[in-house]
Amino acid sequence: MNYWGETMLDRVAALGRTTLDTIAGAGAAFFMLMRALIGKPNLRKSWPLLMQQMYSVGVLSLLIIVVSGLFIGMVLGLQGYTILVDFGAEQSLGPMVALSLLRELGPVVTALLFAGRAGSALTAEIGLMKATEQLSSLEMMGVDPLRRVISPRFWAGFYSMPILAIVFSAVGIYGGYLVGVRWLGVDDGAFWSVMQSNVEWGQDIVNGIIKSLVFAFVVTWIALHKGYSCTPTSVGISRATTSTVVTASLAVLGLDFVLTALMFG
Amino acid sequence: MESRNTQLAVGFFVIIGVLALLFLGLQAANTSAVTNGETYKLYAKFDNIGGLKERSPVKVGGVVVGRVSKISLSGDYYEPLVEMTISKQYSEFSDTTSVSILTSGLLGEQYIGLNPGFIDDTVEMLKDGDQIYDTKSALVLEDLIGQFLFSQGND
Repeated sequence: MNYWGETMLDRVAALGRTTLDTIAGAGAAFFMLMRALIGKPNLRKSWPLLMQQMYSVGVLSLLIIVVSGLFIGMVLGLQGYTILVDFGAEQSLGPMVALSLLRELGPVVTALLFAGRAGSALTAEIGLMKATEQLSSLEMMGVDPLRRVISPRFWAGFYSMPILAIVFSAVGIYGGYLVGVRWLGVDDGAFWSVMQSNVEWGQDIVNGIIKSLVFAFVVTWIALHKGYSCTPTSVGISRATTSTVVTASLAVLGLDFVLTALMFG
Repeated sequence: MESRNTQLAVGFFVIIGVLALLFLGLQAANTSAVTNGETYKLYAKFDNIGGLKERSPVKVGGVVVGRVSKISLSGDYYEPLVEMTISKQYSEFSDTTSVSILTSGLLGEQYIGLNPGFIDDTVEMLKDGDQIYDTKSALVLEDLIGQFLFSQGND
């Protein structure tokens, strides 16, 4: 075997190793989630844990969601107005702002912000628990860390993100109203009535909520798995945190295309 | 009382979420009584429905009274059959009523315009499941231009 043949084989072996690692990682993530979620729920014990996590994951994310929702709605109002006014169609500003928020920006931007604000924190927290061997200590005491640590965090993220996405859309529509009606002088009645005649409960609002549920599942799952499977060193935790934000953002954007194609295509 | 404050904060968080959902549902979305409430169905056959879609509005003099609920082809000649769901509130249309497919504005969406017919002793009222025979098809721009060019050629 000559030199070139050796390196080619090495490349193939590297490809095989990457593939196996990816599949093993996906399998490990799947089993982690299954073991954390399946089982007899103990409501009396898990309720305070869930509340604590809802607070740190959901309530503390509210401020960034409200502020960014308001500004994104205001920018949509401003940009939409300058384009629509050329066609004398500035009364369509309402549905433009509402539909882009409800269908796309609400769920997607919330998921991206959530991955950065709460997902990275979840990964770092669980990674540090692993590095300081708190997870092993729990196991030593006969407490399943998946049920005690992972499960409440997963449900907290799963419940919080749709609420955050709804708040984001509502605040964004109000931001669009502030800029469009109060500042730029679009007719008040037309803004709301044209919006109402174009936005539908089932098609737009419910689909937006379904989207945010899917994103919540994916983002929280990725964040928890990256933390749980990280290398328990300071470098490992930092890598896992970065990887959470990158992977979750890419997954959200990719899934958004698929969901949009299924729902509105 | 750390845990009580946490619970209060989460409670307010959920309440804010519900309020935002209510705002979206009541203020931003279309929840008018026309699509809910009691309805009945009318049918109409057209030669060409143009850009009419399911959920397009059915209007009388610009007032929405119902929606297009189904579009299908019917009969041996594959004629487009439009099913309209009309609010029970407007149930007094006579069978001399005519329907036409109209366009809102120059580039707007297409909708169905109902023109209520006259009422006297000899005409009957439309009931659930009746068909309206006096129909006028959608204006298709290509056909119109074709006719115009054809008539120009004859001069």
